[in-house]
Amino acid sequence: MNRQTLAAQGHWRRPAFIAKPWLRWALVLGAVAYLAVAIGTIEVNWARVAEGMTRGLNFVAAFAQPDFLSRRGDIIDGLLESLTMTLTSTVIGVALAIPVGLGAARNIAPWPIYLLCRSIITVSRTFQEIIIAILFVVMFGFGPLAGMITLAFATVGFMAKLLAEDIEDLDWRQVEAVRATGASWWQTMNHAVQPQVMPRLIGLSMYRLDINFRESAVIGIVGAGGIGATLNTSISRYEYDTSAAILLIIIAIVLLCEYGSSHVRRWTQ
Amino acid sequence: MPVSTTARGTPIWRLRTTRAQWLGYLAWLFGLCLFLLCWKVISDNTMWVFVEDAGRQGSDLIRRMMPPEWQFAQQLWKPMWDTLNIATLGTLLGIAMAFPVAFLAARNTTPHPLIRSLAMVIIVASRSINSLIWAMLLVTILGPGVLAGIIAIALRSIGFVGKLLYEAIEEIHPTPVEAISATGASRLQVMNYGVLPQVMPAFAGISIYRWDINIRESTVLGLVGAGGIGLQLNASINSLAWDQVSVIFVMIFATVLVSEWISARVRHAVI
Amino acid sequence: MLTLSGVCKRYPTGDRALTDIELSLPRGQVMALIGPSGAGKSTLIRCVNRLVEPTSGSIRLDDTELTRLTGRKLRQARRAMGMIFQEYALVDRLSVMENVLSGRLGYVGFWRSFMRRYPEDAVVEAFRLLERVGLAHALDKRADALSGGQRQRVGIARALLQSPRLLLIDEPTASLDPKTSRQIMRLIRELCAERELGAIINIHDVALARQFADRIVGLRGGKIVFDGTPAALSTDILTTIYGEEDWSTDANDDQQADAQRKADDTGQASGPTEPSVATDAPRPAPRLAAGASR
Repeated sequence: MNRQTLAAQGHWRRPAFIAKPWLRWALVLGAVAYLAVAIGTIEVNWARVAEGMTRGLNFVAAFAQPDFLSRRGDIIDGLLESLTMTLTSTVIGVALAIPVGLGAARNIAPWPIYLLCRSIITVSRTFQEIIIAILFVVMFGFGPLAGMITLAFATVGFMAKLLAEDIEDLDWRQVEAVRATGASWWQTMNHAVQPQVMPRLIGLSMYRLDINFRESAVIGIVGAGGIGATLNTSISRYEYDTSAAILLIIIAIVLLCEYGSSHVRRWTQ
Repeated sequence: MPVSTTARGTPIWRLRTTRAQWLGYLAWLFGLCLFLLCWKVISDNTMWVFVEDAGRQGSDLIRRMMPPEWQFAQQLWKPMWDTLNIATLGTLLGIAMAFPVAFLAARNTTPHPLIRSLAMVIIVASRSINSLIWAMLLVTILGPGVLAGIIAIALRSIGFVGKLLYEAIEEIHPTPVEAISATGASRLQVMNYGVLPQVMPAFAGISIYRWDINIRESTVLGLVGAGGIGLQLNASINSLAWDQVSVIFVMIFATVLVSEWISARVRHAVI
Repeated sequence: MLTLSGVCKRYPTGDRALTDIELSLPRGQVMALIGPSGAGKSTLIRCVNRLVEPTSGSIRLDDTELTRLTGRKLRQARRAMGMIFQEYALVDRLSVMENVLSGRLGYVGFWRSFMRRYPEDAVVEAFRLLERVGLAHALDKRADALSGGQRQRVGIARALLQSPRLLLIDEPTASLDPKTSRQIMRLIRELCAERELGAIINIHDVALARQFADRIVGLRGGKIVFDGTPAALSTDILTTIYGEEDWSTDANDDQQADAQRKADDTGQASGPTEPSVATDAPRPAPRLAAGASR
């Protein structure tokens, strides 16, 4: 009522996003205080930054003339390893993710299996690929096998979670209709669940392929094979023109992957 | 035709035609060959002696991790605080840069197709390169420390937030935008009144989602010297102090779970 | 006041949406634009405020040639033309008052509008308009919390806050039920009379057009095929505009009209009182507009 009479006299302000004034101010003050403290605890060595600026410029300049050739052999080996790791780990990961995903769907799995599968998913999703890679490198030795297992493990967590969510909100009437014909558990999965989740599963696998490639470029840092090792070496040697070349290749492959997967997704839907 | 007729004249039904069936088999065969080829490359580059040893190494690792050296947690509060700051400040910086880029990249708000392609290049470059690689580069440029981590996270977030946001902008209802233009509003006013209110919830959701991912990513940035708990992790691994490593793992696990919970709650509230 | 001459519109796909439109609208006249779907009605009114660029021809509002304006000049010209949309085109997540005030965007600078600091007289006028359309109480509601009829009233208030000389109205009733449609049309009619506004109303419903317009223009295939008073709109002419159809009203229609009148009186709309909803049955549609326009 008050706001109406005010508006009639020409006084109108937008209603505040958070209605309670004390809460509004508390949030604003809290945010400002946090920012002040957080920025205050950043220690910056400005002399070092100033010194590094020339290197930064070198790096930017390197993109203008990337050097694909002088470390050609290393780059090709690294890329080949990365690509093979990507492909095998995605296939293995997706294959393992399907049973785990089924087990982690509340509506079709019994309690103990549900808990087990959910904990696998949580562990796999919480830790960065690189942490897992460290452990697997210790176990399996340096090389692409450790990288592949790492990526497969991460794929299981990613895919199984999304698959389980998909299964949890699928159209239950179709499942009941198939069940009503007297189908067994396997037949129900094949005729009612699979057709509903398949297109998205394929789309997600393509997406994960893309992610796995990007990740394969970093796990080499801890010795798990792939282009990451080459990149790491080139950066620590300040050979920015080679690093720029590798980064450009990575960007190109990711673009290609995305282009391909958008086609596959359109084709499956 | 899926329905064909046998020699005796009775129609039979198959899911696919013979040709489609064979093409399907061929595709599977090709996929299998490719997989085996890849597998061969990997196996050639693997020292199988080490792999045979894996079980023993693994159990050894677990034995050395147990029991965790809990007192070590005392030294982890400062690195953890740094990690949180890297993630939060990095996200803030990232979304501040991603916001204009997304508007330049969306087909319906971009001022010019040329600018749109430029914005797309920024988004793709930022998305393709992992934050750890950004961190590696920045550490050589800025020197080791939290600042390199913050900027690495920010650079990686531009692409993620930018892509999701420009897709959201392209999906808005065009009629309110048309209506606001019809009042004689300027370009910026049309953005402010017609576009912004429609994408605000999506923007908030995407940002908090990215923050959650960034918490995860910032835990490892220290491995390349960009600050946070990863530095401790690196030090402990190098000195083979696995009982400290397990404490760090527990800390990371707990932090990520909490941030995921917060992110889920906030996203639930805004959407 | 508004004069169109030789206006053509051809889309990049090659479709000719409008061919040689000659039209002039005196001050204060309410003109209904009828015609089948795809006849170019929407394109025509969007050409006037340049949401669609006409390919050739000239459009003059008073002394301004609209087709050659750009930038600031175009925005100033758009202020003089209020537009009302079929799907209301309100910004759902803004409040009712913000939606109405957005009609003033052409008059205030960016920062003022960004901070929502509108001049006092704009707020007074906005509130007066909200009162006039009967929504003063909904001031702070979000636009998506309103019913269809209420949203269209907000849309009208927004258009009027521009203090336009001309209203361009695109299917104002297409998303509304019959009773609300008539209320909205009556409101538009009254407001045009109060402010001496010219109006071009695209409308599917021939009966509503006949009742509320001073003049009817029929469009078919991008050409004007009829221009005259509502009384002159005979069944022959309807056939020219829409194509062959049995335009006579049957007994069924009279009953429905009665029912409608009753429903209007008691203020409740019930099942059989929806004469302007299309029936897919093969018999002649009960109301002209409904069957004809599909």
